[in-house]
Amino acid sequence: MTEALLIRGGRLVDPVAGLDAVADLRLARGRIAGIGPEAAERGDREFDAGGLVIAPGFCDMHVHFREPGHEYRETVATGAAAAAAGGFTDVGCMANTDPVNDSPAITTHIRRLGQEAGGARVHPIAATTRGMRGERISEFGALARAGAVAVSDDGLPIVNPAVMLRALEYSRYFDLPVIEHCETLELTGDGVMREGAFATCIGLPGIPSASEYLAVERNIGLAEVARARLHIAHISTARAVAAVARAKASGIRVTAEATPHHLLLTDEAVGSFDTAAKMKPPLAAEVDRQTLLGAIADGTIDAIATDHAPHHEDEKCRSFQNAPFGIVGLETAVGLVLDRLVRPGLISLGRAVRLLSTGPRRILGLPGGDLKPGSPADLTLLDLEASAVVRPKSFRSLGRNTPFGGCELTGQPAGVFVGGRAILRG
Amino acid sequence: MRHLLRIRGLPVGQARAILDEAPRYLDVADQPVPRTPALLGRTVVLLFREPSTRTRSSFQLAAKRLSAEPLAFASASSSLSKGETFLDTARTLAAMAPDIIVTRSRESGIPELLAREIPTASVVNAGDGISEHPTQALLDAFTIRRHRGRVRGLTVAIIGDLLHSRVFRSNALLLTMLGARVRCAGPPTLMPPGLERLGVEPRPSVEEALRGADAVMVLRIQHERMHDSFIPSRREYFHEFGLTEERLRPTRDAIVLHPGPLNRAVEISSAVADGPRSVILEQVRNGVAVRMAVLAEIARGRPRGRRRRD
Ligand SMILES: [Zn+2]
Repeated sequence: MTEALLIRGGRLVDPVAGLDAVADLRLARGRIAGIGPEAAERGDREFDAGGLVIAPGFCDMHVHFREPGHEYRETVATGAAAAAAGGFTDVGCMANTDPVNDSPAITTHIRRLGQEAGGARVHPIAATTRGMRGERISEFGALARAGAVAVSDDGLPIVNPAVMLRALEYSRYFDLPVIEHCETLELTGDGVMREGAFATCIGLPGIPSASEYLAVERNIGLAEVARARLHIAHISTARAVAAVARAKASGIRVTAEATPHHLLLTDEAVGSFDTAAKMKPPLAAEVDRQTLLGAIADGTIDAIATDHAPHHEDEKCRSFQNAPFGIVGLETAVGLVLDRLVRPGLISLGRAVRLLSTGPRRILGLPGGDLKPGSPADLTLLDLEASAVVRPKSFRSLGRNTPFGGCELTGQPAGVFVGGRAILRG
Repeated sequence: MRHLLRIRGLPVGQARAILDEAPRYLDVADQPVPRTPALLGRTVVLLFREPSTRTRSSFQLAAKRLSAEPLAFASASSSLSKGETFLDTARTLAAMAPDIIVTRSRESGIPELLAREIPTASVVNAGDGISEHPTQALLDAFTIRRHRGRVRGLTVAIIGDLLHSRVFRSNALLLTMLGARVRCAGPPTLMPPGLERLGVEPRPSVEEALRGADAVMVLRIQHERMHDSFIPSRREYFHEFGLTEERLRPTRDAIVLHPGPLNRAVEISSAVADGPRSVILEQVRNGVAVRMAVLAEIARGRPRGRRRRD
């Protein structure tokens, strides 16, 4: 029999129930067993959560772990440990491993590695097309049965609209969301940062915002035709957000995520060719950033996801144009959301929890995202007063490539419960 | 001056100092033995990772006239044109303990990377990607100054492919820093957004940019631009945007500059290139003097004898 645990005196925040109050929370058999003064039972172990926020477990629906294939960048184990340390109980890991996760065997392998790691739960996202070549769709049925929670060719867009349409149509049968990296490669060209005054000023090839916007519009159009679930990864521009808002208003089943870096930084962060500010989509203009902030507050954007993309130090130490795209995010996201979005009042704590837990879980079809009795005992503990300086060298992740190194953030994850099992910080 | 990485961030006093020193080095060229010992015993490495006969020769000559032994480290054909080996290149170079590295690269930002990876050397940017070409801008400003007596208050028109031009960017930054008004024009496909932030005034036509100009800078049109649909053809480019005698007429007897090599009957007519307003060959001569001034200025700031290890 699993021991029950009474979490005492925490501030419970459940955006689904509209709850924000200090109360006890009882966990038993891997589930939430009860809330409030009557929840306690004789023989419960106790955990003092005084001063902490207890939220439903955070889920980062967009991470890149590099196993199999590039374990020197990140393994499932280091990634899962980084996620738990960063306050996440669940992650959705993208398929662009080597080999690509386009088969049930690899999906099962990644899940097993995740279970063995003992950090956050690792939910594989399988490739939409075989080998991520954008030509033939992969076996969604077998992949879903093996544990894939979504399909995505993230890292690359699906160029051929017929393939994208079929993927969307076929996904409906399995109720899998198709997560799309919206980019028009011909418009990206050799661009490495956002086209605009800053790129003009320093002299780097630019990526026009139309590269994202055109792909977003196309895919929304296809999702409407297919009556399927489309999820837009790492949305970054004002026009793309407007397209999502219009689509939602007309009943199309589209959702979207934004990353902390797109919410907090602009193209100016490239500074003097800083490769820690190189990612896709590129950091955009201030007007884009403001639009994203509005869209996380009003619900146009459903989730905050990191697009955690670890690279080796040597790889980021090339010229800006030759360095790979992508930055890590698992161990900075929660601190950034609390310090830069919640503290200044741009979004409420409840909204933050919705964006980090309820929203992404619903998109991936994962249970939880609330504190209802019966929901899994997946919890994220937050200490809103704790301050910490971002020190990439002490990351659990093997990736150190972040533009937020040295930032002092007030509001930190204090630990997680994964299925009732505590993984505490410090 | 420790490095010359780019015009962006260069103190205006530093730029003026180089322009003020350059005439001395023009005189060196006229001496029976055109040598001066400013760089005697110094190692100058020319790290050119992109083909460029002109700029490399110019730096080579500048280094020789300053009594240095220039060493050409690499050409574009070698494995060094790939970014993967960049760190190894830098480490190999560092082991040779050069005093000055003159670098030309296909990618933007390489000079900063070199300066960071080889902290014992001074780095001079001889053109990085589409970003900057600071010595070209200095020699252009020097050339304008010799003809017009000053830069401040002048109107300079820059015509052509602004999007891909490091010459444009460095000139825009330097000329505005020195107090000139810079106007520009070209095909809309080759005009990047946000030019105002560089301090230049985009004009809707070449004619409008040229009106009343004291100097005209014509940028080179590269062949690839047609393949990428930036412009339809050389013929149309010349017809619509090329610098001809007729288009030069409403200027204030403007001098004509071009960074070379010329595409005659594409961005400039032969009549203009070879005509009385052209200072193109003078730019080449001034280029050596300005680069000598840059190298000498950097050498002055470096301690002799024991190498710095900072
Ligand atoms: Zn992506």
